Amino acid sequence: MTLRIGVVTFPGTLDDRDALRAARLAGAEGVALWHAEASLRQVDAVILPGGFSYGDYLRVGAIARFAPVVESIIDAAGQGMPVLGICNGFQVLTESRLLPGSMVKNNHLTFICREQRLRVENNSTAWTNQFDSGQEIVIPLKNQDGQFVADQATLDRLEAEGRVVFRYRGWNPNGSRNDIAGITNQSGNVVGLMPHPEHAVEAGFGPDTAAGHRAGQDGLGFFASVIAHLAPARP
Amino acid sequence: MIVDVRPKPALLAPPGKAVAGALKRLGFAQFQAVRQGKRFELEAAGPPTPEIEAAAREAAATVLSNPIIEDVVSVRFDQADDAAGRDPA
Repeated sequence: MTLRIGVVTFPGTLDDRDALRAARLAGAEGVALWHAEASLRQVDAVILPGGFSYGDYLRVGAIARFAPVVESIIDAAGQGMPVLGICNGFQVLTESRLLPGSMVKNNHLTFICREQRLRVENNSTAWTNQFDSGQEIVIPLKNQDGQFVADQATLDRLEAEGRVVFRYRGWNPNGSRNDIAGITNQSGNVVGLMPHPEHAVEAGFGPDTAAGHRAGQDGLGFFASVIAHLAPARP
Repeated sequence: MIVDVRPKPALLAPPGKAVAGALKRLGFAQFQAVRQGKRFELEAAGPPTPEIEAAAREAAATVLSNPIIEDVVSVRFDQADDAAGRDPA
């Protein structure tokens, strides 16, 4: 049976279709989930995609956090279900307290869109086990509120426990503390990051690389990882 | 009810920094720093009651602010509510 990866659509979500396509390209079945329905439709993993849920009103991710589907995801994450929050999805994960810290406006106050180099700091999570530790990848980054902030005690704990999963390389594009681009929870099943792996899964549509124009497919590793993570548990 | 929320002072929130820069450029040299917060006006049917105030405080703490990046500065009845018949006792 094919692995089922759910992708949530909120009002204002932008990247749900790309995330569903990425799941399919990696060999899983993409399952659309709706913000107003509590059902997770028997999925094996969930992606909270990027966009501007509820127009980013109140705070980024704040209103989405109270959507019925997110309440179900919080319960499922506690039982070990892999959850990946990308960009606005990462913001929903911090608002729901599945991940620590929060996001505020980029320190330079402008929206940014670029091909971003990252270093994989932790390759033992459900979403990064197909990368090498210390491997550098390039995937798109596009955000307005991407500055990761947390108090010093939280940052120290994240560093000490190896829960920084990705760090910006070359340039910190938003002023994030400790150059943090992505983090995980204690169990390693919940991962959030600001850059967008779902936009780098198909030759011709990814970042430019040495292999050619738009050839980058570094995002596929995220989806291959969750498939590998869940494979032993499936009959 | 009026709920005032502001970014934590330690955060150096970018919008306040931008406003402070603009004030300086425009000749308002008196102001060194700006924190830009949010003001929520919550309208309830009927007269102001302690229950309404308690509900506003709970909403302020759980939804209207994120304690990681913001502080709730005040939760209070609008003066217009008082004029509309709040018991002064």
